[in-house]
Amino acid sequence: MTSLPDTSAAGQKKLGLVIDLDTCVGCQACAVSCKEWNDQGMSAPLSDRDPHGADPLGVWLNRVHGYEAGEGAEAQGVYFPRSCLHCEDAACVTVCPTGASYKRAEDGIVLVDPDTCIGCKLCSWACPYGAREYDQDQGVMKKCTLCVDRIYNDNLQPEDRVPACVKACPTGARHFGDLGDPDSAVSRLVDEREGYGLLPELGYKPVNKYLPPRRRDAAAAPPSLASLAGEGDGLTERFFRWADRVLSR
Amino acid sequence: MAEPRVETSLKSWDEVKSTTCYMCACRCGIQVHLKDGQVRHIEGNRDHPVNKGVLCGKGSAGIQQHLSPARLTQPLRRVGPRGAGQFEPISWDEALATASGWLAEIRASDPRKLAFFTGRDQSQALTGWWAQQFGTPNFAAHGGFCSVNMAAAGLYTFGGSFWEFGEPDWEHTRLFLLFGVAEDHSSNPIKIGLGKLKARGAKVVSINPVRSGYSAIADEWVGIRPGTDGLLVGALIHELLRAGKVDLDYLQRHSDAAWLLIQDPGGAEDGLIARNEAGEPLVRHRSTGALLPAKEAGDEAALHGACTLADGRKAIPSFQLLVERFLDEAYSPERVAEACSVPAETIRRLAAEIARAAFEEAIELDIPWTDSQGRRHEKTRGRPVALHAMRGISAHSNGFQTCRLLHLLQLLIGSIDVPGGFLYKPPYPKPPPPGIKPAGKPGQVEPGKPLPGPPLGFVTGPEDLLVDVDGQPQRIDKAFSWEAPLAAHGLMQRVIANAAQRDPYGIDLLFLYMANMSWNSAVNVPDTIAHLTATDPDSGDYVIPRIIYSDAYASEMVAYTDLILPDTTYLERWDCISLLDRPISDAEGAADAIRQPVVAPDRDVRPFQDVLLDLGARLGLPGMTREDGTPRFPGGYSDYIVNHERAPGVGPLAGFRGEDGEAKGKGTPHPRQLERYIEQGCFWRSELAPEERYYRFANQAYLDWAVSHGFLPKAEPITLRLYCEPLQRFRLAGQGHGPLLPPERERARLTRYFDPLPFWYQPLEEEAIGDAAAYPLHAVTQRPMAMYHSWGSQNAWLRQIHGWNRLYMARARAEDQELADGDWVALESPHGRIVVQIAVMEGVNPDTVWTWNAIGKRSGAWNLAPDAPEARKGFLLNHLIGELLPEREGGYRYAASDPITGQAAWYDLRVRLSRASPEEAAAAQSQPQFATLPQPPGSADRSRLRQGPAGANHKPDRGTA
Repeated sequence: MTSLPDTSAAGQKKLGLVIDLDTCVGCQACAVSCKEWNDQGMSAPLSDRDPHGADPLGVWLNRVHGYEAGEGAEAQGVYFPRSCLHCEDAACVTVCPTGASYKRAEDGIVLVDPDTCIGCKLCSWACPYGAREYDQDQGVMKKCTLCVDRIYNDNLQPEDRVPACVKACPTGARHFGDLGDPDSAVSRLVDEREGYGLLPELGYKPVNKYLPPRRRDAAAAPPSLASLAGEGDGLTERFFRWADRVLSR
Repeated sequence: MAEPRVETSLKSWDEVKSTTCYMCACRCGIQVHLKDGQVRHIEGNRDHPVNKGVLCGKGSAGIQQHLSPARLTQPLRRVGPRGAGQFEPISWDEALATASGWLAEIRASDPRKLAFFTGRDQSQALTGWWAQQFGTPNFAAHGGFCSVNMAAAGLYTFGGSFWEFGEPDWEHTRLFLLFGVAEDHSSNPIKIGLGKLKARGAKVVSINPVRSGYSAIADEWVGIRPGTDGLLVGALIHELLRAGKVDLDYLQRHSDAAWLLIQDPGGAEDGLIARNEAGEPLVRHRSTGALLPAKEAGDEAALHGACTLADGRKAIPSFQLLVERFLDEAYSPERVAEACSVPAETIRRLAAEIARAAFEEAIELDIPWTDSQGRRHEKTRGRPVALHAMRGISAHSNGFQTCRLLHLLQLLIGSIDVPGGFLYKPPYPKPPPPGIKPAGKPGQVEPGKPLPGPPLGFVTGPEDLLVDVDGQPQRIDKAFSWEAPLAAHGLMQRVIANAAQRDPYGIDLLFLYMANMSWNSAVNVPDTIAHLTATDPDSGDYVIPRIIYSDAYASEMVAYTDLILPDTTYLERWDCISLLDRPISDAEGAADAIRQPVVAPDRDVRPFQDVLLDLGARLGLPGMTREDGTPRFPGGYSDYIVNHERAPGVGPLAGFRGEDGEAKGKGTPHPRQLERYIEQGCFWRSELAPEERYYRFANQAYLDWAVSHGFLPKAEPITLRLYCEPLQRFRLAGQGHGPLLPPERERARLTRYFDPLPFWYQPLEEEAIGDAAAYPLHAVTQRPMAMYHSWGSQNAWLRQIHGWNRLYMARARAEDQELADGDWVALESPHGRIVVQIAVMEGVNPDTVWTWNAIGKRSGAWNLAPDAPEARKGFLLNHLIGELLPEREGGYRYAASDPITGQAAWYDLRVRLSRASPEEAAAAQSQPQFATLPQPPGSADRSRLRQGPAGANHKPDRGTA
C-alpha cells in the first residue's frame, strides 16, 4: 500500500485539465498529440503491437469516446476524452504494493515510477475511470503525466509549457491550470460553467473537471416572420411596394 | 517514502525545423523536432496563420506516415500482367528515359494522347503549367469528384467561394449555418472558429443528415434528407422575401439586381442582359424611367418594373424574376417540408432567426472606409449571419444550383464580405467568373507545341467550349463539352472509363500523380479495374496502352501501373503553397507557404515535382528549357519556385520578391527568397489594414491593394451576380439559338438545368430510379476528422482509431427491419451489391445510411497484413456507385454527375438494405473481397515500427514481452 501526500492545506497546488464537452468535436487531436509526445518523452516508448497487422493494439494515455444521449432527433452527441483525472484520493496510488504509483506533493500529479512498478495491474483494477494503460512490451503501467516533462520544461517556449493535448486541441476545448487556486482561469471556468468531476459518489475527488454542454435556450426563438402588409395583393406586389418605400427613404 | 525524482526539463531534440503539414489539404504550419537528424516529434507552429499552433490528429501522426512501411523505395517496371503487382526495380536513369521516350513520341504526334491527372496534389500551379507546355488539354486534378460545384457556383456568383476562397467572420458572426459534410476540409481553421463561436455564445446550426463531429456540438441539428438542401434554402428565401427581410441597399449597390434582362420569348437574346453599345449593362432610373448604364444610376436604379428598350423589346430587372420565383408557393415551407424531412415550423423559425441576426442584431464596426464610387462610410455595417458548406452540397447532381442558392441567401441579406458575414480570402474576390478560359479547342492542340492557354478555366458561353463542329468533346474527360460546360476543375472521375471505351478517342498514356484511381478515388471499383486491364480484341494490347504513376506509397493503384516513379514523403521535399493554386490566405490577409526538406530520403526516391521538371527538360518543353537546350531549372523544384515567372514579376511565391526581397506580391525573383521563408517559419503573409477588410468588391483601398499585389488587373468594383448570364447563353443554345448548337440529345438538359436563377431539382439518380420505394435509402459518406484519404488508413496510430468502418443507420429503422447493432447486411444499389456490418445510432436522418470514406482497403495494399481489418471488415461505398445514369430515351446514358459542371454525384446514391445471408453473416467479412495484392519489391518489414527512444522515466531492460 502506498500513501497519499497531505493535500488538504489551503493553496495546495492541484494541476489538472478542464475539458469542455460543449466544444469537443471528437477530432482525436488530443489523443494523437498525446501519443506522439509521450512516445518520445519520459514515458517513451508507448508500445504498439502488430502496428500494421490484423490486430493493432497500442498504449494510449488519452482516448476519445463518442456517445449519444437521448433518442431520435432529440439525441445529443457527446465526445468524451478520457485520461487520468489526477484524483485527490487516488485509489490507484493507495492500492500500489510497491510505491511505484504516487501522487506528487508539490502539484498533485499522479505518476508511476517504472523502477519500482512490477506490472501487477492492481492500479488499473482500482481506477474506476479506466485511465491506466499497461505496456505489455515493457511490463510496466503507463498513464497521463499531465506532460510533466513539458509543463516545467525550460527548453520549451513558456507558452508551450502546457500538456501536448492542450496545445494541440483545435477547438480550445482543453484547459490546463491549477484547480487548487480558486482564482485561476480554470477554476473560474469551472465555476461559470458548472464544471464537475466524474463519478463524485465514489469519493476519489478527481482534479480534472468536465464542462457540460451549454444549455440550449429554445425559448429564445423569435416568432415567425410576419408577411408584408397588403391584403388582397399577391406576395410579389406587396414585396415591391415595400421595396419602393424602403428605397425612396 | 521519498518521492522519486523526475527530470522535467529534458530536451529530447537537438534541432527544430519549420515546414508545412501534408496530412490533409489544410496545410498547417508545423515545427518538426529532430534528434540526430531523425524526426522526433511534430508540433503546430503558433505563428502560422492557418493553425495558430494547434494540430489535428492527422498532423500529430505525421511521423508514422513519414516512416511508413508502405513507402515505395525505388523506381519499378511492371513485368507481369496489369493488376498482378509484379515488378522489377529499375534505375532512375532508365525510368526517366522510358517515361520521356513515351512522352516524346506522343508530343511529336498528337499531344492529346497524354492524359495527365493528379489527385490531392498541392502543386497544381506547376502541374497545370507543365501540361500546357506539353500541349495536352487533358489535365486536371481531383476537383471533379471533390468540390468543383462548390468552387464554380461561388466563383460565378460572387467571385469567391467557401473553403479556400473565403470563411465566416468567426469574430462577429452571431448565427452560423453549416450545411452538409464539412469535417474534412480547412479542418483546423473551422475547428478554431467553432471554438470561438461557442465561447461567444453565437448560435451554430448544423443542417446535415448525420449528427456527428461538428454537428454534434451544434446548438441545433436539422437532420435533412440528402440532396434537398437547395429546397430548404429556397424556402428560407421565400420566408425572408415574404417578410421583407432583405437588404435592398446592399443589393442595389453591389449586385446586378437592377440590371435589365431582355424579355423576348423565342428570341435569340431572350434572358440576356440588356447592354448599350459599349457593352455596359443597362438599368432603368427609378424616377425618370430613363435607361442608363448601371454605374451611372447610383442608388436610383429600379429593382422591378418592365420597360421598353430602344429596339422595342421588353426588359425587366433580374431581381423581379428572382422575387417572383421564390415567392411562389412551390418554395413555401409547407410545400418543401416533407421532401426535406424538415418540419415547416422549423423552416419558418430558422428564417426568423436569420432575419433577427441579420437585421435586428446588425453590427457596426468603428472602421471608416471608402467605396469605389468615392463615398466615405464612417462605420462598417455588418450582418452577422454566415454560412459554410462543402462536399455534402457539392457531391450531388444539383450541387451547383444548390450552392448558388446558399450564396443567394447570403447576398439577399447582405452578408457577403461584411462584418459577421462570409468573408473573402485574398486573392479573392475575382470578377464572377474569373477571366481565364480553357485552351484545347480544335486547332489549339498541335504536335510539338504548347497549348495557347491553360487547360482549365471558366467558360461564359458555348463559344468557349472545347468541342468540334459536330459538338464532340475535345478532352478525354469531356470537360467543357455540352455534357459538362462549366467543368472548371476537369472531370478526373471520367478519364479511365472514357479512355477504356475510346470515347471520345483513345489515348496512349495515362500519367497519374497521387490519385488512388483503382480504389477509393474510383466510382465503381470493379468497373474501373476492368477498364484499366481491358485489352483490344484485335491486337491483344491494353486499350490504355501505358500507365505511369507517381506516389510515395504502395496504394491500390500501384498494381495497375506500368512504370512507377516513387515520390518522397512530405518531410523530404520542397513545395510551395502558392497563391496561383489553392491559397492558404485568411480573411485578414494574403498568405502562402513552402515545404522544405527537413530530412533527406533514405530510399531511392525523388520528389515528383523535380521529376516533372526533369522530364520537361528532357522533352525540351518551353519554359523548362533554355535556348541552348539545357534545363532552365537545374536546381529542380526549389529553383523553379524562386525563379519561375508566370507573368512579369509574378511567381509561385508572393513573398520576399524583388532585388532586396521586400516586394510583396509582385517583384523580380529574389535569390534568397526560400531562406527568407525559412527564417519566418516557412510562410509569408501580407495583412490587410482594417479599412481594407470588408466590402472588398467595392472597397477602393482593398482594390488598390489587390492590384498592387497582382491579384486583380484593375482596381474596378466587382458586381455580385444574382443572375448567372453564362447559364442563359447555354440555355439559349439548348433552345436552338446561336452559331454553336448542341447535339439534339443535349438540348432538353440545357434548357432545364441551365437556369440563370438558381433553383432546386431532384437529384438525377433519384429521378432516374423512378420508383423510390425500390431503393428507399440515401447512402452517403464522410471522412473522419482523424483520417484523410486512403493514405491515412495505413498509419500505425490512426488505424488504431479507425481500423475499419461500419454502416451507420438509424436505430428505429434497424428495429423496423429487425436488425441489431453488429449485424451483417446486404446493401444494394442499381449498380451493385456489397455486404457490410451495421452500427445503429440516433443522430441520423431515418432515410439515410452512411459510413466513413476510404477506410476500407484492398487486401495487401499499403503494406498492411493481408488479413488487416481494413481489408476484411472495412468497405467502400464506391462499389455501389455507377459512372452512368440508367438509359434515357434514345438509349444514351449520361454520366452520374451535375449537368452543369460535371461534378461526380456520388452523394446521390440510393440503396436498399436487407439482412445478409446466413453464410455471409457467418463469414463476418465485408463483400466484395478482391485478390490480395503482393508487396512491391523493396517494401519494408511491416512488423517494424518507429518508436521513440526510451525516455528518462523508462527502463528498457525491464521488458517482459
